[in-house]
Amino acid sequence: MVKTAVKAAEEYEGQYEYATFELPNEELFLPGHGLCAGCTIGVIARHMLKVFGPDTVVVNATGCAEVSTVVYPRTNWAVPWIHVAFGNGGSVASGIEAAIKALKRRGVIDPSRKINVVVFAGDGGTADIGFQALSGMLERGHRVIYVMYDNEGYMNTGIQRSGTTPFGASATTSPAGKVVPGNTRHKKPMAAIAAAHGIPYVATANPAYVHDMVYKFKKAIEVDGPSFIHVLQSCTPGWRFEPKYAIRVLELATETGYWVNYEIENGEFRVTLPVPRRKHVKCFLQLQGRFRHLKPDEIEYIQKVIDRDVEEINRIMGREVIGPVDPSLPCLTERK
Amino acid sequence: MTAQALVPREKKIAQKRIALTGNHAVALAVKMCRPEVIAAYPITPQTPVVEKLAEYVNNGELDAEYIPVESEHSAMSASIGASAMGARTFTETSSQGLMHMYENLPIAVGLRLPIVMGVAARTISAPINVWGDYSDVMTMRELGWIIYIVQNAQEAFDTIIQAYRVAEDQRVHLPAVVAYDGFWTSHVLQPLDVPEDEEDVMRFAPITRSWVKLDVDNPLQLGAVGTPEWYWEVRWQAAEALRESLKVVEEVDREFGKWFGRSYGLFHTYRLEDAELAIVTYGSIYGLVKKVVDRLREEGVKAGALRLRVIRPWPGHQLRKALDRVDKVFVIDRAINHGGPLIGPMATEVAATLQRPVYNALATIGMRAIDSDMIYEAALKVAKGLWAPNQTYTIGLRGGYE
Ligand SMILES: Cc1ncc(C[n+]2csc(CCOP(=O)(O)OP(=O)(O)O)c2C)c(N)n1
Repeated sequence: MVKTAVKAAEEYEGQYEYATFELPNEELFLPGHGLCAGCTIGVIARHMLKVFGPDTVVVNATGCAEVSTVVYPRTNWAVPWIHVAFGNGGSVASGIEAAIKALKRRGVIDPSRKINVVVFAGDGGTADIGFQALSGMLERGHRVIYVMYDNEGYMNTGIQRSGTTPFGASATTSPAGKVVPGNTRHKKPMAAIAAAHGIPYVATANPAYVHDMVYKFKKAIEVDGPSFIHVLQSCTPGWRFEPKYAIRVLELATETGYWVNYEIENGEFRVTLPVPRRKHVKCFLQLQGRFRHLKPDEIEYIQKVIDRDVEEINRIMGREVIGPVDPSLPCLTERK
Repeated sequence: MTAQALVPREKKIAQKRIALTGNHAVALAVKMCRPEVIAAYPITPQTPVVEKLAEYVNNGELDAEYIPVESEHSAMSASIGASAMGARTFTETSSQGLMHMYENLPIAVGLRLPIVMGVAARTISAPINVWGDYSDVMTMRELGWIIYIVQNAQEAFDTIIQAYRVAEDQRVHLPAVVAYDGFWTSHVLQPLDVPEDEEDVMRFAPITRSWVKLDVDNPLQLGAVGTPEWYWEVRWQAAEALRESLKVVEEVDREFGKWFGRSYGLFHTYRLEDAELAIVTYGSIYGLVKKVVDRLREEGVKAGALRLRVIRPWPGHQLRKALDRVDKVFVIDRAINHGGPLIGPMATEVAATLQRPVYNALATIGMRAIDSDMIYEAALKVAKGLWAPNQTYTIGLRGGYE
């Protein structure tokens, strides 16, 4: 089989080590955007560009990131940026990457210059309408970094469900009704799907853990071939939490095991943020209005699904990297 | 404005005569234009074009990145990305493939990217039919692309080269499509003249790279949100550029004539000078139409013909000059304008141009075969006053309006 199967990284030594590198002071994602208060798209874009640097071309799929950052005649991007449509980030980037190759061969672009091509797209533009273009791009092996920011819904058009909306969430096209309690499907496992293409680098990330996230961006630009980074992104109007909880809710996603930060490097799987003791998933759910309607048995069902996923991850790792639920852990710890 | 008048006597560049199908003539022209990125997805009847180009690339005859994309939506998207990065690009499609690209077609216009695309024209589903008519191409009329419809392999070859030069001209910066009959042109072996030295093509149509592109040294944004305060002005520039491109199209065709000894004009006329009846059509059936004109003339009907070649931008002023004196203008359309004021798209546009009713018939729909006798009979009915203007007629449809 040519495609790589996922297996635990052999050199894993229990504690993830972040390589130390300095982020430049220079801002390439400029202030003054129109994103909502508490939206973490800006956090992702800003750090992504700090790592990728000025020799980067950004392809933005239609969605919140695009409509909030490039309203003519203003822009928040200090790098070349293109938006073509909703479902074609992967193929537009394929064309750009191919053009860079051809133009280097013809001496139009300095062949020694390393130019990063990045797709920045939402969950809808990646997991649903843009799925085919993404898959084609990964399968053909273009050297493109695909960053999917996942706010778990079509937020730009007003909170409709997407293929990554979690079970039980209320969205406008999966509303919590008297008969159906919100979204009835589970999140599409995009990182695993990307990994199944046998590409060199896949990771999940969470902007609440910036070190982990930027390290993954760094790894992505260093591989020769496609890379895919699935980043969880909190959405104030969509998830319905107070803006001050934008990072807290993301921390809870990891602390509850709802979201596991890992990477798959050439088929080797490694959890990059071990969680020795987990919080109960209700800690993550109760902070958000989109789950408010859930009954205790539905919450317990979600907990069971997470337990099963955690078990599977521990099985792949060959040891317990995500610990059991510890009911004594408080949902929110006081912060100064 | 006949083609003959534009053709200079001496041929400047050395050429050789070969035989190719329309599709392979297009592929050869594309190869000589040295595109840097080709995004390709197969669909009948254009498939031999993208296959031939793959062969050129894999044999080292063409230095290009060949992207075997997973769909036509991605073929156009990748072409847009590559062109936005500054590369000369090519893609080709037909029928459902064009439909699948649709969302991206006006985007190439709005971003002002000089993509050149071939279309081996084919009808659209349903019912599924892989054969040739112009139902696909006609749907592009409102999108802002330059649209050529050519008659044969030679003209397809020549027009691809012209299209690159026009599209990349700094007065234009628009995508261009070169369409030709599916099967009747795409698959038929025809003799044609091609330059002996391929470099002559690059000398005639050098890559200008004058369009706005993505450049890490000069970052800019392509495809920003155009609010109601801005959208119209940006789009208007594209609309004006298309209108203005008419003179560039003419200029490039004339210049091509000087270099290669062949030029075609915006449209071609045949025995139209004193004609009372003009048969207007497009694509490969023009040969039959000219034959019909000769036959009608022999029988005392003062007939002439006109073949539309550049339908976007629309050469309205020139068409009026060519057709205003003609009593009866009979447009044979090869696509259905479902539920329109006239049943054919070109008849509708010719009638609006002349500001008077025209005669209109549909033919070749789904590649229903016709011969010159059938066209002759239809034209005779028009000449004799048996057919009325502003109505629907058909040539070759069982139970149609005749
Ligand atoms: C072909 C097409 N269908 C629908 C739309 C409307 N549309 C624009 S953005 C969007 C949702 C985007 O969702 P996602 O990719 O998750 O990004 P987000 O808005 O959450 O940032 C939709 C449905 C479109 N632009 N194009």
